[in-house]
Amino acid sequence: MSSSLQSQDGQRPTHTPTGLIAFAWTLVGVPLAYGLYQTVKTAVTLFTGG
Amino acid sequence: MAVPSFLARERIVARPGFNRWLVPPAALAVHLCIGQAYATSVYKTALVEDFQVSQTAIGIVFSIAIVMLGLSAAVFGTWVDRNGPRAAMFVSAICWSTGFLVGSLGIATDQLWLLYLGYGVIGGIGLGIGYISPVSTLIKWFPDRPGLATGMAIMGFGGGALIASPLSRQLMDLYDPDYDGTAGTVPGGNAVALLFLTLGLVYLVFMLFGATIIRVPAEGWKPDGWDPSSVKQKALVTTESVSAANAIKTPQFWLLWVVLFCNVTAGIGILEQASPMIQDFFRDDDGNSSVALAAATGFVGVLSLFNMAGRFVWSSTSDFLGRKPNYMIYLGVGLLLYVGLATVGSSATWLFVLLAAVIISFYGGGFATVPAYLRDLFGTFQVGAIHGRLLTAWSAAGVAGPLIVNGVLDTQGEPGTLQAGNYRPALFIMVGLLAIGFVANLLVKPVAAKWHEPKSPTGAAGAPTPERSAAR
Repeated sequence: MSSSLQSQDGQRPTHTPTGLIAFAWTLVGVPLAYGLYQTVKTAVTLFTGG
Repeated sequence: MAVPSFLARERIVARPGFNRWLVPPAALAVHLCIGQAYATSVYKTALVEDFQVSQTAIGIVFSIAIVMLGLSAAVFGTWVDRNGPRAAMFVSAICWSTGFLVGSLGIATDQLWLLYLGYGVIGGIGLGIGYISPVSTLIKWFPDRPGLATGMAIMGFGGGALIASPLSRQLMDLYDPDYDGTAGTVPGGNAVALLFLTLGLVYLVFMLFGATIIRVPAEGWKPDGWDPSSVKQKALVTTESVSAANAIKTPQFWLLWVVLFCNVTAGIGILEQASPMIQDFFRDDDGNSSVALAAATGFVGVLSLFNMAGRFVWSSTSDFLGRKPNYMIYLGVGLLLYVGLATVGSSATWLFVLLAAVIISFYGGGFATVPAYLRDLFGTFQVGAIHGRLLTAWSAAGVAGPLIVNGVLDTQGEPGTLQAGNYRPALFIMVGLLAIGFVANLLVKPVAAKWHEPKSPTGAAGAPTPERSAAR
């Protein structure tokens, strides 16, 4: 969702590149997915016992 | 204290058309790094052997960091609100990274005090500033879903430990060929020193990335299609502004302090003892546990997942249910679950795991929902600074929780011989604490009008200047 500005202060509008948003989310998403995967692997041992 | 111009709040005001979905990853970039604080157990034994000191002497490093987190968040909260998230994230990145580098030097040169100073004190300051740095910004970018926004960031803090634990094991495996990450092998001190060096540098880059892309909304900005008047329709939600200095004079602040303290203390009661606790709950009279060590480690993993998920799920839910009802669930249902754990928890492993996992999800939810609760009560004006002051409850709980559990268990017998019944006194203390928290939450009412900031000459609320506030 893009932003809107109620007060007109004469600022030039900008456009946030979709690629930048995708890059930023990937940068935080990949380590998080790695951590989740590793933790699920560990958690599974609770149910398999080994 | 002025900041260099490239860090100043004025430099990061978003222009019209900026996409707010770039802000959550900026916040996550910080929280995923500082969440490492909950992964210190990975190298604890290695440090005990390297320094030839007690578990307590190493455990203090973590305690110092958590106490510094609360203190620095309280002390620097107003500075963070005044100078904006980029300056705060930058300072946090420098402190957090420096903490690791000084700690690394301490391990490499066998000087424990450097580890206390580095990771504990300097790193702890980075933790506190980093923790609150994106919170008020996210609330301002997502006025329509503040619970979702803060849930995303604070979920990152839980996720940070999930990343740091396996990553640390793999790095220490790389730096010490004799260590393979399995139970029974311990990495050498040099491997931990190199791990600290690596983490310090990686976290620096990652957090500076967050500081680079963060933006604050321009004054008067609102999401497309969102009607600010819809906020007022919910009980307890104000459109007024209360300064941090005034907030701490209100009963609402201290009631929430008690709520957070009780919720965190109760959660730490389980987290602190998770691995031995599940083994003890299923130990027979001969001293043998039906839960193997590997399965107990898996239990810790399950709790980590529920801790992280609870932060996002429960905080997001609070946007619909309301903050007060959510805390009634965390504390009220949590209380019943604790009673269940104490009375029937040892009847089946699946029941024990289920009860503990939901309790821990409430623990995480309590952390993630509190910034939105503060925003509801005190407005967005200095919510970061108010949140910082409230985090002293976390520091206090970080000391009280382990003290209660370990203090009670010490009177019950030797580690490795305890059974479910030995945990009952500690668990019922937690039940009492949750009851106190539940009552404190029930007593929360809207903040009295005398604490509200005066309206601006145009009649607009919510944008008072710090100078005006300080004059009150």
